[in-house]
Amino acid sequence: MAEFTLPKNSKIRTGTTHPAPPSPKKPKTFKIYRWSPDDGQTPRVDTYTIDLANCGPMILDALLHIKNDIDQTLTLRRSCREGICGSCAMNIDGMNTLACTKAIEEIDGDVKVNPLPHMPVVKDLVPDLTHTYAQLASIEPWMKTQSPPPSRERLQSPEERAKLDGLYECILCFCCSTSCPSYWWSGDRYLGPAVLLQAYRWIADSRDEAKGERLDNLEDPFRLYRCHTIMNCTTTCPKGLNPAKAIAEIKKLMVVRR
Amino acid sequence: MATHNTSSPPIAGANRPLSPHLQIYRWHLSMVISVLHRATGIALAGGLLLFTWWILALASGPEAYGSLRGFLNSPLGLLLLLGWTWSLFLHLANGIRHLVWDTGAALDLPSVKTGGVIVIAASILLTAAAWAAAFVL
Repeated sequence: MAEFTLPKNSKIRTGTTHPAPPSPKKPKTFKIYRWSPDDGQTPRVDTYTIDLANCGPMILDALLHIKNDIDQTLTLRRSCREGICGSCAMNIDGMNTLACTKAIEEIDGDVKVNPLPHMPVVKDLVPDLTHTYAQLASIEPWMKTQSPPPSRERLQSPEERAKLDGLYECILCFCCSTSCPSYWWSGDRYLGPAVLLQAYRWIADSRDEAKGERLDNLEDPFRLYRCHTIMNCTTTCPKGLNPAKAIAEIKKLMVVRR
Repeated sequence: MATHNTSSPPIAGANRPLSPHLQIYRWHLSMVISVLHRATGIALAGGLLLFTWWILALASGPEAYGSLRGFLNSPLGLLLLLGWTWSLFLHLANGIRHLVWDTGAALDLPSVKTGGVIVIAASILLTAAAWAAAFVL
């Protein structure tokens, strides 16, 4: 059910304002969501002002600068710092994206940083993705075949391979799923754009032989059909992919096979 | 933290807060229209009550019809009628857009943006046209 307000334990209070560095050349203020499981308090927003003259160009650079030089308790996931691992997905300036590929310069005024929306928070900017990963496992994201394995690779024509363009590039950062109001309100049962794009990635693969079974598993008022084409997923995808289009293609296949 | 993740159910576990969503998410046109599509659908269902009243008034004779006309010509009545006509045309225009989307077309971001502007413009123009026609004819 749609609950538009935050539960009591999730209400956000004003947090600490950390002092700005003395005479900064290019000051920039960051307002960052904080929650610790250890102090028994509700979430807060802490304010940090840094000097961009001493910091790299990306939001991730700023977050790590804050963690290294101002407040070591700031907790976030990051790994590749080049937009291929999906670890640093978070809500920056109101949109979900990767901190490592979002330039600080793109944002006017204070930079608001929150965890991926409508997710249980493990700590600070780290959301609990357990349920989302379980949903990914439920669509069995691997090639399934019945025919006997050939003596070499299962071949694919260039045209068949081209059908996977725009699908295989997904890095599973879940920016799209956590941007989707349908996923916010029905995420317990709706699979969400990221997982549905993955489902279509295997349905569209000419080598996969479980298309019917995959469609059977998606034929459900919640798992697939909670998509109402709100388009938040495609608007927010940091890799420029189109989950909404992938979902539309699945819906078309459902009609075609009737 | 790893033990937290595997040993407790993800939503209820460890009294974890829910991260902010509507409170912080940046609105954009297609999100607004999606909300309006639903809101206008509800408004249209409400508008059916007025339609029912109109039919009942027609069947009940000149006195009942007169009081209906009195209500509809009041500022509140006119405002409701304006709201309902706009709701109808927005829901209609966006409904057609959904039909186009169902074919898999116009789902790229530039088309989504253009489509959104067209839907809003069409709803306003059609409402204006309907009211112009109602007052001229």
